[in-house]
Amino acid sequence: MTKLHLQDVSFTYPDGTNAVENLSLEIPSGQRVAIIGQNGAGKTTAVKLMNGLLKPTSGQVLVGEWDTKTKTTAQISSKVGYVFQNPDDQIFHNEVMSEVRFGPKNMGFDEEKTEEITNWAMELCGISEYAEENPYNMPYSTRKFVTIASVIAMDSDIIILDEPTAGQDKIGLELLGTLLAELEKLGKTVITITHDMEFVTEHFERIIVMANRRIIANDKAANIFYQHDVLEESMLKPPAVARMASLLGLPNGVLHKAELVDYLKQQLLLGGKAQ
Amino acid sequence: MTAIIQLDNVSYRYPIGDEWILKHVSLEIKKGSFVSIVGNNGSGKTTLCNILRGFIPHFHKGDLEGTIKLGGTDMSEYQLGQLGEKIGFVFQNPFIQISGVKDTVFDEVAYGLENLGVAEEDIYKRVEEVLSLVKIQHLREKNPFELSGGQRQRVALASIIVMDPDILVIDEPSSQLDPIGTEHVFEIIRLMKERGKTIILVEHKMDLVAEYSDELIVLDKGEVLMQGPTREVLESEIFNTANIQYPHVTEVALELQKQGVKLNFLPIRDSEITTCFKNDGGNE
Repeated sequence: MTKLHLQDVSFTYPDGTNAVENLSLEIPSGQRVAIIGQNGAGKTTAVKLMNGLLKPTSGQVLVGEWDTKTKTTAQISSKVGYVFQNPDDQIFHNEVMSEVRFGPKNMGFDEEKTEEITNWAMELCGISEYAEENPYNMPYSTRKFVTIASVIAMDSDIIILDEPTAGQDKIGLELLGTLLAELEKLGKTVITITHDMEFVTEHFERIIVMANRRIIANDKAANIFYQHDVLEESMLKPPAVARMASLLGLPNGVLHKAELVDYLKQQLLLGGKAQ
Repeated sequence: MTAIIQLDNVSYRYPIGDEWILKHVSLEIKKGSFVSIVGNNGSGKTTLCNILRGFIPHFHKGDLEGTIKLGGTDMSEYQLGQLGEKIGFVFQNPFIQISGVKDTVFDEVAYGLENLGVAEEDIYKRVEEVLSLVKIQHLREKNPFELSGGQRQRVALASIIVMDPDILVIDEPSSQLDPIGTEHVFEIIRLMKERGKTIILVEHKMDLVAEYSDELIVLDKGEVLMQGPTREVLESEIFNTANIQYPHVTEVALELQKQGVKLNFLPIRDSEITTCFKNDGGNE
């Protein structure tokens, strides 16, 4: 069980560009959190600070008891796994199974555990049937699942997914949903960056909104997608259900498809008008 | 409208691999239309794009059957260079489209025009116009490799638009973009259509597909399940069997229909949610 704690964290790139400013955040163990916000808001920098790929210019990142400044990225990766935004930055084996096995083997797991966890991760990511394929012969969306499998196979308490929804079809999105539920059952913390607002409302309770290098909201979905100032500042679009609800003049707070369907059905079948 | 691209009974398999990736594909793309290719991953969308832009058979060999015509002439009769001027292709993965030989976004966008031998002052004019259209003027001096995924996606689009091809084949142009950026890219594509370009788009975001496309081509396991006007396709039973995401508004309406609510019509765009219900509530 590992808690993640950011205390007033800022990061400046060597060329002087400020990437994130004064991030303060606590993520308890086992929570599912979505990070949303515009391109360039600082989302990827924020998560790279969480797994020690970047060290804060000021402030402190605590992974459990560890201050990331005092540990190597390799050490931190045993507690925080990070799936890169671009799978091609991550994949370096020419066979899916070897790619997935690399992490757990490197963590020092014995042969039996390595075998078992590799198979489990490939199964969960829907890539078992491609075990012997070259990842580069597979579509982008499947390569993304190869990189997810190779990170979850390392069995870290915290897992960060950087835009797993990009380019996914319906089947891929459903698979991601199942994956999140499985990881939650195991008590893992899962932090996900995504632009897919519908995916966010269906699968996440807690949302962190970033805009202009800062965290501007850290709240429940219903409190975020109906807060006009937050949406405006972060230039986010409300998810489809919220857009429809507002066109229909429904009360604030409707976010899930099922809620909207129930609401409309009641109104319509009772003879009332939807508008 | 006349057909600009015609495929007749086209099948294809890559040099390595026994499997036919496309099977007996026949379709027609009308000049000046906005056509979206939809289908789940692995259904052959990217391979079809490679055929539509002549990359197959000009670059990828493999077995190709059937006939492919561009402007009435067989695709194989064109030189790859000629095709490059007629058809612009925006890659699915912006990380691989960037040439790697230019240090600034400006030079990257100008690269294709330089290769065509366009006069220097024309290059400046055209690049500036496109940078502003795609809203990346502020990035002009940046190194393309220091850009975020979303920014690279815009640079990739700009470097194709600047070439002014008649046909744009665009493979998931917004996968790395935030929702507002995505809408902006679709607005640019719409503008290209208004300028008379033919647009062929691969995209999973069905809300936007339904909003912008004239026609849909539905691919499933390498076969064309259906081609037709967007609304007709989304209303059809055949689309329903393909297990492809519906637009969110359609999904909600279908669920209501299943639960006994009657609709005037099946909505495919957000704005139609207010008019699709029968006023009597359908409770007969």
